[in-house]
Amino acid sequence: MTLSLSKDTIQVLKEQDVVFLKNRVKETAVKIKMGLVNQTRLLTACSELVRNMMRYANGGACVIEVVSSGRNNGVRLTFSDKGPGIPDISAAMQDGFSTGKSLGLGLPGTKRLVNEFDLKSKVGEGTVITIIKWANG
Amino acid sequence: MLQKKKKNILELWMKNQLADEGLREDLISNDELRSQSEELITALVGNLSGENFTDLESDEWSPVIEILGGIAITRARQGFSPRETGNFVFSLKEALLEVLQQEITDDPKTLFQESLKINRLMDNLSVVTFETFIKGREEVILRQTDEITEISTPVIRVWDGILALPIIGTLDSARTQIVMENLLQEIVETGSSIAILDISGVPAVDSLVAQHLIKTVSATRLMGAECIISGIRPEIAQTVVHLGIDLSNIITKATLASALAYSFKVMRLEVKKLNTVSKF
Amino acid sequence: MDKIPILRMGAFLLVTIQVDLYDRLALNLEADLVQMVNKTSAKGVLIDISAVSIVDSFMGRIIGNIASMSKILDAETVVVGMQPAVAITLIELGLPLKGVHTALDMEKGMNLLKSMIDLTGVDADEDQSDDDFITE
Repeated sequence: MTLSLSKDTIQVLKEQDVVFLKNRVKETAVKIKMGLVNQTRLLTACSELVRNMMRYANGGACVIEVVSSGRNNGVRLTFSDKGPGIPDISAAMQDGFSTGKSLGLGLPGTKRLVNEFDLKSKVGEGTVITIIKWANG
Repeated sequence: MLQKKKKNILELWMKNQLADEGLREDLISNDELRSQSEELITALVGNLSGENFTDLESDEWSPVIEILGGIAITRARQGFSPRETGNFVFSLKEALLEVLQQEITDDPKTLFQESLKINRLMDNLSVVTFETFIKGREEVILRQTDEITEISTPVIRVWDGILALPIIGTLDSARTQIVMENLLQEIVETGSSIAILDISGVPAVDSLVAQHLIKTVSATRLMGAECIISGIRPEIAQTVVHLGIDLSNIITKATLASALAYSFKVMRLEVKKLNTVSKF
Repeated sequence: MDKIPILRMGAFLLVTIQVDLYDRLALNLEADLVQMVNKTSAKGVLIDISAVSIVDSFMGRIIGNIASMSKILDAETVVVGMQPAVAITLIELGLPLKGVHTALDMEKGMNLLKSMIDLTGVDADEDQSDDDFITE
């Protein structure tokens, strides 16, 4: 069972917001004593997802939560946008797939960096991606 | 009613506990046992009321559960067996029932109902005790696991600029994380340009272990150092090829010695036997 | 800060990235650096990322681009001082930075560049220096 201990919503609409968001995520990770390598994984994942949100949906919102499950604490990030959505999720989760001009590592790579990854998307309505990184895991 | 009989219950309980053959006098003294029991009964009786009797969720019960949990956890750490910890609670139940029996002698119906209530309550409490007891045990196990992983990944500086890391035991993903982090950290700290990963002590290499090894080698290269894998036994070479694992991008050596010799060559060092006769 | 300074030292260009790159800054760096390589006809580019705590797929691509573009302009690129956490993350992300040379620190990177540039003039097959490792 995963309990949410604190909650913080940040709107991401312009490039300065991205920096602000990353700083907040880092603070949260430090607060729960996440190790440096896991912090880097979480921040890199955050960076990938927020870039997708900016590029394909012109921004959105990110909810930062401290979650707890048993004796493990972690950070949960929920990115939601009202963009075009992802038509073929299984294709988007494959290495090397990209509709934009990128390496196509964003989504599958992000999934490898975090402990839990959940993607919900409806074409024309938007996308919600939730990730969890545990402090030691 | 129970309030009045508190003292009585305690005495009976103590008697029951002391009568138990499995009492561990080596682990806990009588006085300590008595104070633990007394604390629990005070909390139990103090928070007891008609309505909350069977509802363990209610707030009044939290101090009792807390005390019980504390006792269970300490016992788990001290090395009590589950049976001994269970008897602690069960003997309280016996004592309560006995007192009840003495009090209500004329009305079997009430006696039956009250006993049932006490039974239910104590069963709930023993479940709580076991849950916390097991949690305490798990904590002990987790701590030991941490210690084992900590001591099982030493990074050795075999030469100026050459690090060696002997891996002993199975290489799973959690272990790889620690190995990789320690190795890379050490590379930065010592400025070493070659790292030797010795897998003589790894019992088997399957595709997952190979993947972990490749990951470590790739990360080392990204940092700007080279990573050599040594200690590959013939059986491991066989399985690697049979499984179709591609290690061609990785420098592999049969022994730590040949890996070291290779490193010397790369670093343009030479180890020579001296020609002059030793004076000693 | 909108620009990352590029220093010239002999035939080499030095770039020390002191801040976490955001996208536009990285794109600017790519453009500036390629311009500089062309203008100074530099033979090597050293990028120090020891102060960078996050490299995601976009930054990784920029670094790869810089290396490929410089290569076309006949300059080698060496990335130095990558943090362990960054290296681990890049590998897990699936980005081994193929074709980019790496070294532990500035000094080793400089030696590596020198050896590579000498090589292109003399014989290209053997005699690599101790730090000459190419991520493949």
